[in-house]
Amino acid sequence: MRRERCDMSEVEGGERGGAGGGDGAGDGVADAPPPFSDRVLENVLENVLQFLSSPRDRNAASLVCRSWYRAEAQTRRELFIGNCYAVSPRRATERFRCIRAVVLKGKPRFADFNLVPSNWGAHFHPWVSTMAAAYPWLEKLCLKRISVADGDLSLLAHSFPNFKELSLICCEGFGTAGLAIIAEKCRHLRVLDLIEDCVEDEEDETVDWISRFPGTTTSLESLGFDCVGSAVNFEALEALVARSPALRWLRVNHHVSVEQLRRLMARAPQLTHLGTGSFGSAAAAAPLLQGGGSSVEDLAWTFAASKSLVCLSGFRDVEPHYLPAIHPVCANLTSLNFSFAEVTAEELEPVIRRCHNLQNFWVLDTVGDEGLQAVAATCKDLRELKVFPLDPREDSEGSVSDVGLIAISEGCRKLRSILYFCQQMTNAAVITMSQNCQDLVVFRLCIMGRRRPDHWTGEPMDEGFGAIVMNCKKLRRLAVSGLLTDKAFAYIGEYGKLVRTLSVAFAGNSDLGLRYVLEGCNKLQKLEIRDSPFGDSALLSGLHHYYNMRFVWMSSCKLSPRGCKVVAQMLPLLVVEVIRDRDEDHDNEAVSKLYMYRSLAGSRNDAPSFVEIL
Amino acid sequence: MEGGATYVSDLGNLKATELRLGLPGTDAPEKPTPENPRGSKRALLEANEEFRGKSKSPEADPNGQEAAPMAKAQVVGWPPIRSYRKNSFQARKAEAEGAGLLVKVSMDGAPYLRKIDLKVYKGYKELGEALENLFKCFSLGELSGMEGCNGSEYAITYEDKDGDWMLVGDVPWEMFISSCKRLRIMTGSEARGMRSSP
Repeated sequence: MRRERCDMSEVEGGERGGAGGGDGAGDGVADAPPPFSDRVLENVLENVLQFLSSPRDRNAASLVCRSWYRAEAQTRRELFIGNCYAVSPRRATERFRCIRAVVLKGKPRFADFNLVPSNWGAHFHPWVSTMAAAYPWLEKLCLKRISVADGDLSLLAHSFPNFKELSLICCEGFGTAGLAIIAEKCRHLRVLDLIEDCVEDEEDETVDWISRFPGTTTSLESLGFDCVGSAVNFEALEALVARSPALRWLRVNHHVSVEQLRRLMARAPQLTHLGTGSFGSAAAAAPLLQGGGSSVEDLAWTFAASKSLVCLSGFRDVEPHYLPAIHPVCANLTSLNFSFAEVTAEELEPVIRRCHNLQNFWVLDTVGDEGLQAVAATCKDLRELKVFPLDPREDSEGSVSDVGLIAISEGCRKLRSILYFCQQMTNAAVITMSQNCQDLVVFRLCIMGRRRPDHWTGEPMDEGFGAIVMNCKKLRRLAVSGLLTDKAFAYIGEYGKLVRTLSVAFAGNSDLGLRYVLEGCNKLQKLEIRDSPFGDSALLSGLHHYYNMRFVWMSSCKLSPRGCKVVAQMLPLLVVEVIRDRDEDHDNEAVSKLYMYRSLAGSRNDAPSFVEIL
Repeated sequence: MEGGATYVSDLGNLKATELRLGLPGTDAPEKPTPENPRGSKRALLEANEEFRGKSKSPEADPNGQEAAPMAKAQVVGWPPIRSYRKNSFQARKAEAEGAGLLVKVSMDGAPYLRKIDLKVYKGYKELGEALENLFKCFSLGELSGMEGCNGSEYAITYEDKDGDWMLVGDVPWEMFISSCKRLRIMTGSEARGMRSSP
């Protein structure tokens, strides 16, 4: 759904050559200028290297020799930092002097699920203040799971006169005041994308940030604020859209009614990506507007006029009788996000039946297996499916099951990525999917009941996940659930040779499980485990590999401080954090949360009191 | 050998001679108390079972292994749904299910309180009418705290988020229902005092 800018690998690849002790070029010590012929070579090299865009390629090039290292550092324009604590801002800005775009990621993913106490870290401030001095020509910034304050946004707006694109994904700490400063000061702003951020204002301090955009024609191409909880000034928004001829992506929040949406769409018929807000009538909410509600026909007419639409999302408070209005654009849609729309299979069917070209579909389980069957019947080109639960509790009524999964696997053979929440599953269904969808790169199955076995056979789900790693040879990301024994992990270790990200919860019998994974999955980069019986000896079996990884997270497992300490001692470039819950006893023998990551920056100096760095 | 066997079986029969309270034949199995250094957390966990599904920030399940599959207490961060998504639905669900905004309504002199759902009403007029109906039996006459008419000596007040008692009707309806914690129908001189202020 969101433009995946974070598709690149890391700066660490190149840094590792420097850190290993052999090549000291990364230490910031000035080298004597190279002899004349070398300088020519470097110039030539720079001209060639500027065409290299992929960080992996660049990292490789930088390892060839000093000359290449320098030339690459001079010509790199995009900096990707997968873990903000892996390198210090100073070091990164000293090596790469001409950066125009930065991607910065912070907290571990389990922070999304309240497993990381607030104020753990990943603050934007040290980065923005260093970059303000080092990169005055910075144009693009993408932050994920970073703590951003209004003051940071202000510094950003005042420090980068050429700033063009800001994407904030799963960030928090800022409010509408910060947005106002961005709108006002970033005169060349093209992109402002707020994706699943926590945008919180103090009571009564909501700022009318939309009105702060320059009054002249703007260069806005993308504006997304569906996560902003407070209503925006609609007249100002409409006027902004009207004077933004380059606008292609617009995602409004749920305060925008379907009547208001119509007005916006009329101003911007060139939109390609539209977040529809509530998709419900304001008439229901405010009796004063009774009789003024939009008719479906009018709305459909507006959609028909938006010939460029390829992506729809929003539908936050959708009134099902409005759904037919999107029929005119269904055939052109490649992405449809219904994951906030509580629609039934009957309501979905007329829509999905028209979506022949759909590649990405996010939906709520309210559509049931029947709805998924309708998807399977039409969406032959589907690449990505996400099925979210309406009621995210482990004992709620399940609406989708193995039936839906099988249907999808049979209809959507080109599937590459699936996220599926359900209450129960069978090995047979998962095996079927592994056989039908051999292009799978991402397989994330969440059986919401902890440790739930195959509901037909009563067996563990080992065979199902085993089949996935065996048959889906391109698999890079895997999330497992249900009742799983060490056998499942044996399969993963043996066959999951390309797996880079593995998420485990409430699974396994013994240390063997984790050992299989750490010894077998040699491409593993991100490992997150919770509530599984893996202890110190399993942790130690991965010592050979941890430097190759971005991070390891283990919470509520069977680790002891001693075991973690051994890892920290054996691997000096690994930062080993033990995070305590607030109400935990301090003399507790077990480690409740372990987060460890390679780093050139050593122990961070901003760790709060509940974090102990071993 | 045989002696040994008898000895063992004698030990086994010792239980039969054990003095215990309870009717013969009732065999209360001994419940082993598990060695749990975090005993207080276990108590909390069990208490939490009663609040299953209702609590917004469930207690962490400290040791996943101990939780039997039947344990229904909600665990922190499970299922792995982002709070962004959870919050989007919680707000809507409350509206849809009519869980609404239940507030207590007290009236001076009435022997008992009532409870109403503020979300059901579209504005102050409807609220006023509803309150009239509720407390009709205490012969209120016309409830007019909002309208400012001189009919009766009642004023409808509410306690806001800061704990202050405010006169109902000053702020926009939406703002009112988001900050109202309880209602109180004031009578007599107190009411006169409130209503006479501009």
